[in-house]
Amino acid sequence: MINGTVVDLSRTQFAATALYHYLFVPLTLGLSFLLAAMETVYVTTGKPIYKDMARFWGKLFMINFALGVATGLTMEFQFGTNWSFYSSFVGDIFGAPLAIEGLMAFFMESTFVGLMVFGWDRLSRGQHLAVTWLVALGSNLSALWILIANSFMQDPSGAAFNPVTMRMELTSFQELIFNSDAQSKFVHTSIAGYVTAAIFVAGVSAWYMLRNRHMELAKRSFRMAALYGVLATVGVITLGDALGFVAAHAQPTKLAAMEGQWKSEPAPMPFNLIAFPDQARQENHYAIQVPALLSLLVTHSLDGTVPGIDALQRRAALRVENGIPAVEALKVLSKDPANAAALAGFNAHRQDLGYGFLAQRYEADPGKATAGEIAQAARDSIPPVASVFWAFRLMVGLGLLMLAFFVLALLYTLPNVVHRKTWFLKVAVWMIPVPFLANEFGWLTAELGRQPWTVYGVLPTWMSASTHSVAYMAFSLIGFVALYTAFISVEMYLMMRAVRQGPEENWRIES
Amino acid sequence: MNPYAMLQVTWWLLLGVLLIGLAVMVGMDMGVGTILRYVGRSDIERRVALNIIGPHWDGNQVWFILGGGAIFAAFPLIYATAFSGFYVVMLLLLWTMIVRPLGFEYRSKIPSSAWRNAWDWSLLVSGAVPMIVFGAAFGNLFHGVPFHFEWNLTSVYTGSFLGLLNPFAILCGLLSLALSVMMGGLTVMNGAEGPMHGRARTVVQVGAAAAVVLFAAGGAWVHAIPGFSIVSGPGAGVAQTPLRQLVEAVPGAWQGNFSARPSLWLLPAIGFAGMAGALLAARAGRSHLGWWFGALAWIGVIGTAGAALFPFLLPSSEDPSMSLTVWNSSSSQLTLTWMLVMAVVFVPLVLWYTSWAFYVMRGKVRAERVAHDEHAY
Ligand code: HDD
Ligand code: HEM
Ligand code: HEM
Repeated sequence: MINGTVVDLSRTQFAATALYHYLFVPLTLGLSFLLAAMETVYVTTGKPIYKDMARFWGKLFMINFALGVATGLTMEFQFGTNWSFYSSFVGDIFGAPLAIEGLMAFFMESTFVGLMVFGWDRLSRGQHLAVTWLVALGSNLSALWILIANSFMQDPSGAAFNPVTMRMELTSFQELIFNSDAQSKFVHTSIAGYVTAAIFVAGVSAWYMLRNRHMELAKRSFRMAALYGVLATVGVITLGDALGFVAAHAQPTKLAAMEGQWKSEPAPMPFNLIAFPDQARQENHYAIQVPALLSLLVTHSLDGTVPGIDALQRRAALRVENGIPAVEALKVLSKDPANAAALAGFNAHRQDLGYGFLAQRYEADPGKATAGEIAQAARDSIPPVASVFWAFRLMVGLGLLMLAFFVLALLYTLPNVVHRKTWFLKVAVWMIPVPFLANEFGWLTAELGRQPWTVYGVLPTWMSASTHSVAYMAFSLIGFVALYTAFISVEMYLMMRAVRQGPEENWRIES
Repeated sequence: MNPYAMLQVTWWLLLGVLLIGLAVMVGMDMGVGTILRYVGRSDIERRVALNIIGPHWDGNQVWFILGGGAIFAAFPLIYATAFSGFYVVMLLLLWTMIVRPLGFEYRSKIPSSAWRNAWDWSLLVSGAVPMIVFGAAFGNLFHGVPFHFEWNLTSVYTGSFLGLLNPFAILCGLLSLALSVMMGGLTVMNGAEGPMHGRARTVVQVGAAAAVVLFAAGGAWVHAIPGFSIVSGPGAGVAQTPLRQLVEAVPGAWQGNFSARPSLWLLPAIGFAGMAGALLAARAGRSHLGWWFGALAWIGVIGTAGAALFPFLLPSSEDPSMSLTVWNSSSSQLTLTWMLVMAVVFVPLVLWYTSWAFYVMRGKVRAERVAHDEHAY
């Protein structure tokens, strides 16, 4: 039986390392396209200022990129090191997009990034431009494949359990990659990266304008960022809406948690703008509501409804009861794969196997589970509502804030007056952390909202972890946090130093 | 053989190709890190060495990432069991390895010599430790690893961290380090001139000579290690779990495949020929030729180990019958098929543009250029 503390530590470690990784990824995703755009302007117009821009922002890009690579490396192996049961249970499906990501995207991105940095005077202008575009394409392809993998966890399609091998197996590669969750998730996430880069470039450019340094480069960069940012923010919000729409179908418990919807209500359902969810009492302590908005947002109609947590929990209880015989049959099949009665029993209950596992947490032999334990397993099927609710509100709130910012930025930069709006430039500098936070809150929504499952409805988190000791897990968690915190301090220092030095300064060596 | 069994064997071979790609491409960069402080005496010399691999280390490192990803996709039980069992060793590998990207990217961004020295040391550690761990992990497969499965295939590792550092594993770790140092030396010879070239040549000869000795010693030692042999089980190309077979430890079993197919002796021969060829080519100053010999040495070494173990991938010393083999740890037929399609399309493409990248950046790295290029490492 797996130790609960070990599972919690494994979760904390995965969350921490993924959140660290995702501090660097969005900027890579967005800035690579901006670099390609700047270089395209340079190659088509021949204006050297755009080459300076591409090279200057390219330098910052590389400082960020190094840490994205370093933190990504450990991610690739963490499924095996820390989620061993998960890896063997769904590796037949989940491993494929991960391997394809390496083969198709990382090779491309990483090979061409070397040429992008070192190839300025070895390649023709056109070749170098092509290389820069390939870096951008490669990084966005890597996002595509990892999000296909992640979407399998959110909405497992294209797979079925095979009692002979005792694991999930691929049934349709097409269903795996054309999962609708994956499609909207990819667009939402990569565009969120473009928003991040737009704010970053706008903020750093504003910092120069405030100090009256590198004005030409700063103004042009700011204008490009503002344009890119407006489009991207609108895109993020549109696709965010689409994601909510998809979640409503694939993950009703996540949606209910995002909206703090404890009770099922008749249409048109109101939207909780602000509320303080209480998990134990299953109610909100205080709520500011907007009438009818929830129905509109998640069903795109006034008479649509979504089930509340009360109904979802009742449904889960039935599925737990139905899943218990599936687990029991599986135990028999493990010893005796030819047992026809067990196989028939398994097939009759197989669609609720995952819910049977939820009960197994309390009773190694789930057939002995009491009514109380079954009720507890059903309660477990609801994610931590307050965290999901607030992480979601914060992401959306920051998104709306950025939209307002970019609209203003465009109004000031098109007539070329932004360098005189000192207050706005100061705001722009302070905006730099905002998209990074929005991205982290987005992932917290997605992943906390999936709980208690690692693979929604199929495999509970409590079963997924490796069988390590608490001491090992404490050691590795502390090690990761210490190492990454040191890394990030170095990165921030170098980034700020490079910004302060500005574009034309060279790093000279002492020999 | 049925189609599923053929796919399993194909993926076992492809895994070998990936491991060789990893050893050659990542190994040479790690070798450069390991010997950096020796071949480069001044700051500018060290920068020259780093800029030789500067345009390529990141692309090369993807062989390592893909190695992990491909094991996950093609042999998920190996990915799950080995990486969780080797937990502390994996942390050692990953934590040292992730310092490398920062070492390359950040070292020369600040002129302070204390800063640069610290990064040079960390490049040494992040070059040498992962290569030792890589070889030692392979070495442990010959003894078997202490793990078992519960009824639902939860894997449980029952050994300690220190158990993985047994003498045979350390020998394998040193062999892998020696080969990487040899390849690092050849890489520096390819890209540097003058005194650095001479020092790198010495390194290649030391590395190659050590590799010959260690490979021979390892080969002799394996005879004393009892091998594993499948007594009964569902066999190749049949969907199964590792709970369905009977395996016994048999003295001399690791030589079984070589006795059955004497042509396999070519593999160790290629290994020795590669090492000797690299040594001689380096002496003659023909470092490009030497590099290809070095690659051949890796093919021989990894091929020999794989051929000895086949069909075992991760033998269990605790309960040999729960050993993982090519037959009981692979993915389903559909997954292996799709992954093969992907590999057939993308591996040649990757090899093509990687060669182009090396072609574009060919030639010597000159100190004056490094000193004046603000994008150089
Ligand atoms: C700049 C960052 C950013 C901004 C401004 C937004 N998002 Fe977002 N959002 C993300 C960055 C992000 C993300 C980090 O990229 C996530 C995490 C997982 C994912 O697919 O994207 C995410 C997830 C995510 C999810 C959960 C998906 C899941 O469970 O799989 C929903 C429903 C939304 N978003 C909806 C929105 C809406 C309606 C927004 C309106 C303003 C919004 N997001 C702005
Ligand atoms: C880089 C962006 C990501 C971030 C910031 C992120 C964040 C998180 C967080 C906060 C958790 C903790 C949830 C909890 O246990 O309560 C988590 C869990 C997890 N996520 Fe993600 N995630 C990211 C991407 C992914 C992707 C792409 C995958 C799969 C391909 C993935 C797989 C997992 C797994 C296996 C767990 C652990 C099991 C669990 O707790 O459910 N994550 N992640
Ligand atoms: C938990 C799952 C994840 C794993 C296993 C993973 C793995 C990796 C690895 C191994 C690298 C280094 C590649 C190299 O050497 O070039 C990397 C970098 C990268 N990853 Fe992740 N990653 C994960 C989550 C994500 C997510 C969710 C995204 C985007 C939506 C993403 C996007 C990227 C990008 C763009 C890079 C390029 C390097 C950089 O940002 O600096 N990754 N990742």
